[in-house]
Amino acid sequence: MSVPLLAIDRVRKAFGGLVAVNDVSFEVAEGELLGLIGPNGSGKTTMLNLISGTLSPTSGNILLSGQPIAGLPAHKIARIGVARTFQLVRVLPTMSALENVAAGAVFGHNKLWGDEALALARDLLERVGLKGREEVPVAAMTYIDQKRIELGRALAGNPHVLLLDEWLAGLNPSELRIGMELIREISAQGRTIIMVEHVMDAIRSLCQRCVVMNSGTKIADGKSASVLADPEVVRAYLGDDDDA
Amino acid sequence: MNIPRNELLALGAGLACAAVLAFLPLVTEGFWLSLSVNIMLYAAICTAWALFSGPTHLVSLASAAFFGVGTYSVAIFIDVLPFPALILIAVAAGALLAMLVGLATLRLSGVYFVIFTLGLTELMGQIVTWVQTNFGGAIGLYVFTDLTEAHLYWLLLALTVIVFVTGWLINRSRLGLALRIIGNDEAVARHVGVDTARTRIILFAVSGAFIAVAGAIMAPRYSYITPDAAFSPMTSFFVVIMALLGGTRRLWGPLVGVVPFTLVMDFISGHFPNQTAVIVGIAFLAIVYVLPDGVTGQLESLFRRRRPAEQSLLTSTVEEGR
Repeated sequence: MSVPLLAIDRVRKAFGGLVAVNDVSFEVAEGELLGLIGPNGSGKTTMLNLISGTLSPTSGNILLSGQPIAGLPAHKIARIGVARTFQLVRVLPTMSALENVAAGAVFGHNKLWGDEALALARDLLERVGLKGREEVPVAAMTYIDQKRIELGRALAGNPHVLLLDEWLAGLNPSELRIGMELIREISAQGRTIIMVEHVMDAIRSLCQRCVVMNSGTKIADGKSASVLADPEVVRAYLGDDDDA
Repeated sequence: MNIPRNELLALGAGLACAAVLAFLPLVTEGFWLSLSVNIMLYAAICTAWALFSGPTHLVSLASAAFFGVGTYSVAIFIDVLPFPALILIAVAAGALLAMLVGLATLRLSGVYFVIFTLGLTELMGQIVTWVQTNFGGAIGLYVFTDLTEAHLYWLLLALTVIVFVTGWLINRSRLGLALRIIGNDEAVARHVGVDTARTRIILFAVSGAFIAVAGAIMAPRYSYITPDAAFSPMTSFFVVIMALLGGTRRLWGPLVGVVPFTLVMDFISGHFPNQTAVIVGIAFLAIVYVLPDGVTGQLESLFRRRRPAEQSLLTSTVEEGR
């Protein structure tokens, strides 16, 4: 078997006495769309933060195409080819839609500049459904449009791996349908994606495989349909003692 | 790469203005020339200050530290080296100090950064005083040159032009875009691949070097250099007040604050020397409350009601400090 695109190897993150991620291992193949799920506080976002370099792991390895990236500063990991969106949408409010997306093209894995960066940003704005809104200041945009901007910005770096942190959260039903379609399209073009998500319908319909975390440990990893039916997963979500 | 037409026009207009201003010492002297030197001095320093503090929203009170380092670069070596070499020493000293401060303050933001830079100015002044009293024998140093007020004016005008051109080039570069992204959201900047630490340090070094050169140019005017004058915290405060009065979102913003403020301050310090500090304090408060985005920011929001208010330097600093 060839080297997986992304390998998480016994990664651990402790904040003082609190172990947020406890020796978690999983692999992601090139082109895969992996769902990373689990109840609140299970360590999913921490996991994304470790992969993208927001945090560095206490121990363990993270390999991108066999190259160790764990503990590198975030900007280096971004340049190697990991892009992300944020749980609470983060745009560059004083900059235009076009500039927001171009920002991802200039410094990331892509390293474009000038007309090339702007051309790519225009293409991506069209792809995420914001054609004709290039010059709109992003602060004036709606929540879903800001999420589209974030997605465009992440794609502009042409990353090997795209990390989506609850990208579908907070969308209304019709926006949700559009959002899911967008993710499906990006995945169909061969982009490797890890999505942290609470919207189970989206996981079921988009992700072939998912990894489930609970209290910092991996409790399931496999085909979405079977994993979501796993009694332990159901118990983690619905709770049988302290959380409900 | 093609340069937008309006930027070319602005560049041309700016250079034309500078060319006209270059004739000033030929038509005036004495009081007005001396006042013009002050205006040109603060035009250079405030614009250089805003190169860093404008986009990063980090209010630096280290201007006087850089200024003093530049002044002392001249005072120490004036007897052994020609003046142009001293300017280069000031560039190196200012940039080096700024890099050290930049490294030390990488993790600081908001009020912590402000306090650090204020403390730095005081520290530099104290160190120089200590060295001079223990090893130099006297508190001050003499600087005698053949440079006249007109020469200083031309040097400062040239410096201002260089600061402006540098700022314009930075704005058009990756560095400028990186700074704007950092000013908007540092976490996003890191995750799109911006080396935030490097960007901050480079910009602070550029800004610090320019301010040090301004200090070096002014040294001949003081002729007797003391730590109190060279590292006066008032320099730092004036720079911040004038830049904020003008506004820091545009390269030429600080200039709008420098001209009226210098004129008014000259009048006040001439007529009410004992109340000057009080009036400066009140002016600072008034500017912060009435014009948080500066005159240029205020005008822009008046003209472009449709665009949402951009984050102002002051409000964001206060938020970060909390």
